[in-house]
Amino acid sequence: MKKPRLVVVGNGMAGIRTLEELLKLVPDMYEITVFGAEPHPNYNRILLSPVLAGEQDFDEIVLNPLSWYADHGITLHLGKEVTRIDRVRRKVIASDGTEAEYDRLLLATGSVPFILPIPGKDLTGVIGYRDIHDTQVMIDTARRKQHAVVIGGGLLGLEAANGLKLRGMAVTVVHLAGWLLERQLDPVAGALLEKSLVERGLDFRLNTSTTEILGNAAGEVAAVRFSDGEQIPADLVVMAAGIRPNTTLAQAAGIHCNRGIVVNDTLQTFDPRVYAVGECASHRGIAYGLVAPLFEQAKICANHLATYGIGIYRGSAVSTKLKVTGIDLFSAGDFMGGEGSEEIVLSDPAGGLYKKLVIRDDKLVGACLYGDTGDGAWYFKQIKDGGAIGDRRDTLAFGETALGDAGTGGQDRVANMADSDEVCGCNGVCKGTIVKAVREQGLFTVDDVKKHTKAASSCGSCTGLVEQILMNCLGSNFQETPKTKAVCGCTDRTHAEVRQAVREHHLVSHAQAYAFLEWRTPNGCATCRPAINYYMLSTWPREAVDDPQSRFINERAHANIQKDGTFSVIPQMKGGVTNASELRRIADVADKYAVPMVKVTGGQRIDLLGVKKEDLVGVWKDLGMQSGHAYGKSIRTVKTCVGSEFCRFGTQNSTQMGIDLETMLANMWSPHKVKLAVSGCPRNCAESGIKDVGIIAVDSGWEIHVGGNGGIKTEVARFLCKVRTADEVKETTGAFLQLYREEAYYLDRTVHYIERVGLDYIKRKVVDDDDNRRALFERLLYALEGLPDPWAARIAGAQPREYAPLKLATPGSDRRIAVALED
Amino acid sequence: MTTIDTWVRVCAIDEIPLLGSRVLQCDEGDDIALFRPADARVFALADRCPHKGGPLSQGIVSGDTVTCPLHGWNIGLDSGQACAPDVGCARRYPVRVVDGEVWLQLAAMTEATAETEEQAA
Ligand code: SRM
Ligand SMILES: Cc1cc2nc3c(=O)[nH]c(=O)nc-3n(C[C@H](O)[C@H](O)[C@H](O)COP(=O)(O)OP(=O)(O)OC[C@H]3O[C@@H](n4cnc5c(N)ncnc54)[C@H](O)[C@@H]3O)c2cc1C
Ligand code: SF4
Ligand code: FES
Repeated sequence: MKKPRLVVVGNGMAGIRTLEELLKLVPDMYEITVFGAEPHPNYNRILLSPVLAGEQDFDEIVLNPLSWYADHGITLHLGKEVTRIDRVRRKVIASDGTEAEYDRLLLATGSVPFILPIPGKDLTGVIGYRDIHDTQVMIDTARRKQHAVVIGGGLLGLEAANGLKLRGMAVTVVHLAGWLLERQLDPVAGALLEKSLVERGLDFRLNTSTTEILGNAAGEVAAVRFSDGEQIPADLVVMAAGIRPNTTLAQAAGIHCNRGIVVNDTLQTFDPRVYAVGECASHRGIAYGLVAPLFEQAKICANHLATYGIGIYRGSAVSTKLKVTGIDLFSAGDFMGGEGSEEIVLSDPAGGLYKKLVIRDDKLVGACLYGDTGDGAWYFKQIKDGGAIGDRRDTLAFGETALGDAGTGGQDRVANMADSDEVCGCNGVCKGTIVKAVREQGLFTVDDVKKHTKAASSCGSCTGLVEQILMNCLGSNFQETPKTKAVCGCTDRTHAEVRQAVREHHLVSHAQAYAFLEWRTPNGCATCRPAINYYMLSTWPREAVDDPQSRFINERAHANIQKDGTFSVIPQMKGGVTNASELRRIADVADKYAVPMVKVTGGQRIDLLGVKKEDLVGVWKDLGMQSGHAYGKSIRTVKTCVGSEFCRFGTQNSTQMGIDLETMLANMWSPHKVKLAVSGCPRNCAESGIKDVGIIAVDSGWEIHVGGNGGIKTEVARFLCKVRTADEVKETTGAFLQLYREEAYYLDRTVHYIERVGLDYIKRKVVDDDDNRRALFERLLYALEGLPDPWAARIAGAQPREYAPLKLATPGSDRRIAVALED
Repeated sequence: MTTIDTWVRVCAIDEIPLLGSRVLQCDEGDDIALFRPADARVFALADRCPHKGGPLSQGIVSGDTVTCPLHGWNIGLDSGQACAPDVGCARRYPVRVVDGEVWLQLAAMTEATAETEEQAA
């Protein structure tokens, strides 16, 4: 039997998604032909903005390469626009005469940019922003020309303006309304957005309409005139004043249209053989302009094309994000509020934060977030679910985490998500789908997940969540993925293998290690040498010899190199406590060595910045303080709060505890830096929640939290255990750190290590097993005992050459023999 | 001014740590970094990374390259060229090791005064 023929007009995101869904259901049902007016395979239109901004290449945004069409036996006509549908003979005819007969026809012709009907709209250099061609025109123009005017301060307009600015043009955005993104933001958030875009160098004309575009003799755009009569130069005008469903073809064929091709709940048009999906379709009076609803349509439409006939499309709620790197905004539902609704507003305009929640009849109906959009998906879910807010009202504004314990428990977001909670808004993928795919298909990386589930494959803003889910599913295996890679180009061996070999074969020198491990290079490289050095030192303390030439300059010179080649000096200031005499010495040193800046650090101590290398030893000597190790993969600071000695809430002497810990851990090298904090009560003024080891005093003892990180990716420390006495704090802390020192891979912070081995493993080794804890602690003390303070060692004369530059002898002296050696 | 190459003795080779470097401070122009990637081999480059001027002398030396301490570019010691994919070049100076002494050939221009004096002497 001959297969029925399906013809798709429009090789874009909605049409091809429908095919993908269809092929999943019935791989062989139809003989499929696709017409695309653009000369490219289907690409991710959403990501045109990152392409314009120079953050991605066109190749990276292709969704279905040509091989995909071939693999599925799809006949593809690229660069051919369908100009006529012959509904009687059931065939379509393209601009070049190509014809294709259909049994079912799918229209997915998308939208066209709305071009303002003003004089000059046809000049060269006036464009819309819709496809890769427009994007390329913008990129090319930015290379040659200066002035761009973007008409329309909506999502598209702002992304275009941002991209053009990044490409070096002077950009003015003209906007009819009184604030930016007036359909996505309320006036307050709009103003915040405007402020940060102005800081990026964009110019805005709000409440302004464009009346005319002026050209030069060559028919190119030259200037733009506004309603107030003013006129500014323009080499490029981007019309981003809205889109119109592309219905020309359908209308000409007599298919009923009304601001879009009218479809029913099965995406069928008035002609039962013809379906329509995407931006060209009008469903219950709405034509959508974002991919999430279009993908829902695609799913239902595919179901009906497959003649399953069970899906019903009821319309979609939409939420918005702006893809301008560094600007976070989110809105969903009815965020303007108004009569009959109440608003909860949290606003810190100076800090660039704003949050407005609209509540009607005890339900969340809208949200508008600016600055911190982390809870966007969560609010969106509340809006879609339409559940009663009731008793959660007080904490609603603080987001999802406010509902659980106050954060010290350290559970991450995804652990609390239900399987049915949505992760990827664009593709409507929920947590359960991802977890299932990871488990059943053995996925390891975000890329795998993208391929198999589509999550994170459209706008990409949920990548972080996907990563967390992977982490949760894979546990210790997650980190293994990257770290099972070779240490560096000098070897095929992994960190785990190297660590093991150093231990089992008692490797204590670099030469020995490279020979034994069959390194390809004679003496490693800047990546592996510091790692090997650490592995040997931590495995064989007091035996392996530290190699200064295998340490990064900061650890070799015991100070932090600055961009101009000078150094910074941070003396140890245990627990952040100092006194008048130390401060006086610091002041004297600053004077004597003309230190350009003295700064209080984020780690509760004082930094002398801009010290010349040859002055370092003198500076240390005159300071008379110990090294703060602010430069090393080593113990850094132990931050403390005031504690019970002075504070009216303090339950324990946190300051002294900090000082004791910092004394105990002095000079400790580690896989990466290690930071501690001790707070005197759960108010946690020392920020113990984001430290490698964070200690919080309570009435009955001390809570110990581990694996926090306040750096690149903020991680809340996780509760390890609670102990009673100060000695137990020291022993547990020491044992945990020793375990980390012995087992973590180089440059993994404690959070990464715990992710790899699991918190339960740590608890077994450090909390449950008393003997093992004691043994670990003793090994730590053994390793630390007798380690010299590096500054003191250098003052006493160690490695003098590191600090003394060579100088040419003065002219005339006998070291200067001014003749060529040979001739 | 003369164009005759001027060789100057800088230091004994042992004053440069193996797999390490020393800076030669110059009154005019950039300082010079002396590298010793192997026992008897010494290279000299302007102490200015072609990327953003980082002090190459402070980098980790391995094989025949040095890794700039600021952003990790690798620079070939004998050519001064940045390793691919980076591009750029640090000026190189000829070096000789004779009897355990390191000699450096300085450009005639920068050393013009000293040189003329000494030739006169
Ligand atoms: C001096 C200081 C900034 C200040 O003026 O406050 C500082 C300065 C530097 N930090 Fe920091 N960090 C400083 C506190 C912090 C903090 C806050 C804290 O410790 O409470 C953090 C976040 C907390 C954390 O680490 O969990 C922090 C997270 C980082 C990171 C990201 C680490 C991560 O794992 O995500 C780096 C990069 C790295 O280490 O690879 C970094 C790296 C750097 C370096 C060393 C960059 C470098 O390699 O040259 C900076 C040296 C600047 C310079 O020119 O000397 N700095 N840095 C702070 C020194 C504190 C101290 O007394 O020791
Ligand atoms: C710069 C930009 C940024 C965006 N950012 C986001 C975002 O962050 N989030 C979001 O959800 N959405 C975003 N969108 C919108 C999203 O891209 C669209 O909603 C989606 O692409 C619409 O899919 P579609 O298949 O309906 O139309 P399209 O993807 O436009 O596909 C229609 C295709 O049909 C072709 N065609 C039209 N007529 C014919 C014909 N007669 N014959 C043959 N071919 C024809 C067109 O050439 C086009 O290739 C953005 C859009 C743009 C332009
Ligand atoms: S945040 Fe840290 S690393 Fe970044 S500029 Fe400031 S001091 Fe340097
Ligand atoms: S200055 Fe050398 S790598 Fe940047």
